[in-house]
Amino acid sequence: MTRIGLPARRFSVGAIARDAVLLALAVVTLAPFVWMVSTSLKAPDEILTTDLHLWPRRLAASENYAHAFAAVPLGRYLLNGVIVTATILALQLAIAVPAAFALAKSEFRGRRLLFGAVLLGLLVPYHAIAVPLFVGLHALGLLDTYAALVTPFAISVFGIFLMRQFFLSLPDDLVDAARMDGMSELAIVWRVMVPAAGPAISAFAIFSVVAHWNDYFWPLIAVSSDTLFTPPLGVVAFRNDDAGTNYGVLMAAATVIVTPLVAAFLLAQRRFVEGIAFTGVK
Amino acid sequence: MTEMSVSAPADRSIAGERPRRPHEERAAWGLVGPAATLIGLILVVPLIVVVALSLTDYQLGAKAWRFVGFANYADLAGDPVFWRSIANTALYAVAVVAGSTGLGLAVALALQGSGALAPVWRTIFFLPVMASLVAMAIVWEFMLHPTFGLVNAVLGLVGVAPMNWLQNGATALPALAVIGVWQQFGFAMVLFLAGLSGIPTSLYDAAEMDGAPSAWARFRLVTWPLLAPVTLFVVVISTIRSFQVFDTVHALTKGGPNKVTEVLLYTMYAEGFEFFRTGRAAAIAVVFVAAMLVVTLTKVLLVEKRIHAR
Amino acid sequence: MARIEIDGIEKRFGRTPVLRGIDLDVAAGEFLSLVGPSGCGKSTLLRIVAGLTREDRGAIRLAGEDVDHLAARDRDLAMVFQNYALYPHLTVAENIAVPLVMRRLTTAQRLPLVGRHLSGSRAAHAAIAADVARVAETLGIAALANRRPGELSGGQRQRIALGRAMVRRPKAFLMDEPLSNLDAKLRVEMRSEIASLHRRLETTFVYVTHDQAEAMTMSDRIAVMMDGAVLQVGTPDAVYADPDDLRVAEFVGSPKINVITADAALAAALGVDATRAPDPDGLRLAFRTEAVRLVDPTGAALAGRVVHLENFGSDLMVHLAVAAAVPIVVRRDPHDPRPRIGETWGLSIRPDRLLVFDAAGRRLRSVVGRGA
Ligand SMILES: Nc1ncnc2c1ncn2[C@@H]1O[C@H](COP(=O)(O)OP(=O)(O)OP(=O)(O)O)[C@@H](O)[C@H]1O
Ligand SMILES: [Mg+2]
Repeated sequence: MTRIGLPARRFSVGAIARDAVLLALAVVTLAPFVWMVSTSLKAPDEILTTDLHLWPRRLAASENYAHAFAAVPLGRYLLNGVIVTATILALQLAIAVPAAFALAKSEFRGRRLLFGAVLLGLLVPYHAIAVPLFVGLHALGLLDTYAALVTPFAISVFGIFLMRQFFLSLPDDLVDAARMDGMSELAIVWRVMVPAAGPAISAFAIFSVVAHWNDYFWPLIAVSSDTLFTPPLGVVAFRNDDAGTNYGVLMAAATVIVTPLVAAFLLAQRRFVEGIAFTGVK
Repeated sequence: MTEMSVSAPADRSIAGERPRRPHEERAAWGLVGPAATLIGLILVVPLIVVVALSLTDYQLGAKAWRFVGFANYADLAGDPVFWRSIANTALYAVAVVAGSTGLGLAVALALQGSGALAPVWRTIFFLPVMASLVAMAIVWEFMLHPTFGLVNAVLGLVGVAPMNWLQNGATALPALAVIGVWQQFGFAMVLFLAGLSGIPTSLYDAAEMDGAPSAWARFRLVTWPLLAPVTLFVVVISTIRSFQVFDTVHALTKGGPNKVTEVLLYTMYAEGFEFFRTGRAAAIAVVFVAAMLVVTLTKVLLVEKRIHAR
Repeated sequence: MARIEIDGIEKRFGRTPVLRGIDLDVAAGEFLSLVGPSGCGKSTLLRIVAGLTREDRGAIRLAGEDVDHLAARDRDLAMVFQNYALYPHLTVAENIAVPLVMRRLTTAQRLPLVGRHLSGSRAAHAAIAADVARVAETLGIAALANRRPGELSGGQRQRIALGRAMVRRPKAFLMDEPLSNLDAKLRVEMRSEIASLHRRLETTFVYVTHDQAEAMTMSDRIAVMMDGAVLQVGTPDAVYADPDDLRVAEFVGSPKINVITADAALAAALGVDATRAPDPDGLRLAFRTEAVRLVDPTGAALAGRVVHLENFGSDLMVHLAVAAAVPIVVRRDPHDPRPRIGETWGLSIRPDRLLVFDAAGRRLRSVVGRGA
């Protein structure tokens, strides 16, 4: 009766209890988001009170959001976020995809060694090498630049690993057919492998964008001028010096910074969930 | 960059053949060249340097430095704050791994039969995974505010006295762990859902035919064993993530009050980037990597054992 | 069309030798089939000719020119793969066009969007489209031009793979078991299509298959490979009726050829004068199912009990247990009176169709039956 449950089962006590628990959990899960948006719409006198209500009596949205954008360059932070995540993703794909192809489908001297290095890289979180990376960028005079934000992530061993696994699953004959058809190795990568690897690439792209848009640790170390702040840095800096206890404005800023990814997620949920599951399970 | 633990390297080479034509070798190296160079420069060299630095008294910006052997490690071993930091990290990890894995599994199982609404639930529970953790940490800070916070207000309805959650030595680390579970369980849920969808329904039918009397019996007979690899994976990946806890600590507690939320990465960050004791920070980083290796090796061993047990 | 000379090719994977010195000379315009059991090295040899795998020793010459230094894409050969290897993201027309796009257009002209507007590009693209349309027409797949491979049946994909190979007039076609994924009926249909394609194009074909019926029906000549060596090359008739080696005799023909071990006395009784054999008492005699008749067992040199009947409609196969371990199979017209299971029948073998091999399976051509 697991699958072909009788219609009546749908209204069974168990099902109702389960839905009730799910609903309660959903309320808790959503509470921070709801509270964030709700507070961002309220004036200070409605926030600094112990009396709870969700919808503001007086809508202070425009003040709060205008204040947030005026107090700090929120737009600039978002732009920085886009620049940094896009550059990282572009570099990662441009470098990882050809390498993954060669690791999966060609023989060359040093292949095992290189793959070993990739596996090693998977074991080491970048946090662990933040110190030497920082020292190195310092020595090169690159700290506090876009380059500092991007460089450590130009290579994604995870991307190489993921793509390689995917390419391994494509038939060798497809590659050989392309060779017979007159394609160079690079042409095979961009004309055959990339289109065929659509799902893997989009999964990796989602993974990478989510990771780097939200990354806090490295930007915190790498940059100090607020013209280079990424969104997470920006919102914390805002909390620290500007807003203080002006929670309406602070929540407005948080909302602005959380929205892009959440909106993208809501628009393409399937892709996101499947992409993350794919990158997780592989 | 390194979200993954490594499954045993399934190096299924396409051939034992060796293209000895030099231009073919060159073509392959053309493809891997940039990656190989960058892996060397951004990964391997720093890894060597971090170990080397941990053996020096280097301080960022200092002109001179000395080789000090294992002095940094000896110092750490004698430093109660460092041990606090390790203990806190472990406590946090245990709580978050248990919480997010358990909750993730429970929700995944509940969603399996919940029909048309399943995608909606899934979306809701996955939302925190997408959202910037520091931004949400600030929201949590506000919700946990001692006077105006939502949490105290709601708990007040059931008669719990207001608390200063993040500034109280007894509640600060648990509060961070709750935030951690809130953020991660949706990720575990998605992995469990993927795992569940891979279990052939015919097995449930077979279990039913074999007389498994209840849903629980079927869970024990089919779901749990078949989900074991996914569970192991979820546990490992959550452990690794939990060991990397930093954002909430840095944004909310700075390791306080009284070091109860001092965690490994935060200690390393403070040493390396606030006090610029680079050598010491490097030593902590090495300890950190060692902890990661222990987790991964444990996993590999468990997987091996399972394979041999078959 | 070009002659393909395969000269002393050796190849090992790791320590396992896969090809042990293959010599083959494929004439320009010839249809040569490579047959042999699974794992004997057919694909490896074909891939070496194509330039996809490199030989350890030996040379390949195309139209008289040594091509060892040339990569696959520079050899001007076309290959059809067992699983078709179509580009899943391209339409049928685009799939067929790929070899032309890669060879006729410059890198700049191949660029998406911009490429089409460069000088000379329009004409080149139009020429390619015309060629693709012509090929699609020939293969009867014009209606599928805008579909993707995923939406097509096995036979349709097969045709597209052929189209992609044909569109370019290569020096030779290499085909690696192109029909093995098709169902039996379609396979027979495609067989004759490929054969007629060969007649029309007059190009050299090297065709790999482990299906000897395919090889027999399509080829000018057949090369039978086993364990990394070519055992025999010859016309289908020669390979069928006049094999050099018992393994060839056993591989070619369905049902399998009958083989019995014989001493000089039995050989003599069957009409073979074994005195000239090096070891007259260690002979192996082979004969096809159609070279033997059922007769009255009294006085027959060989007799057996009917153990099994197989009716194919056109033929009736009678399996008889004789002294030899493996039953002997006799082909009969099903409309003739049928033997019954359990009956004992004598066997009369046409002496001129008796093939004599030594104990190692080498053909003893000097030892022949009466009337040969
Ligand atoms: N890339 C390779 N690496 C190692 N061994 C290989 C490789 N390719 C083929 N072999 C081995 O070489 C032998 C010959 O393989 P090949 O594919 O040429 O056989 P085949 O005659 O085409 O067989 P089939 O009819 O099954 O396609 C086999 O034993 C195979 O296992
Ligand atoms: Mg083969």
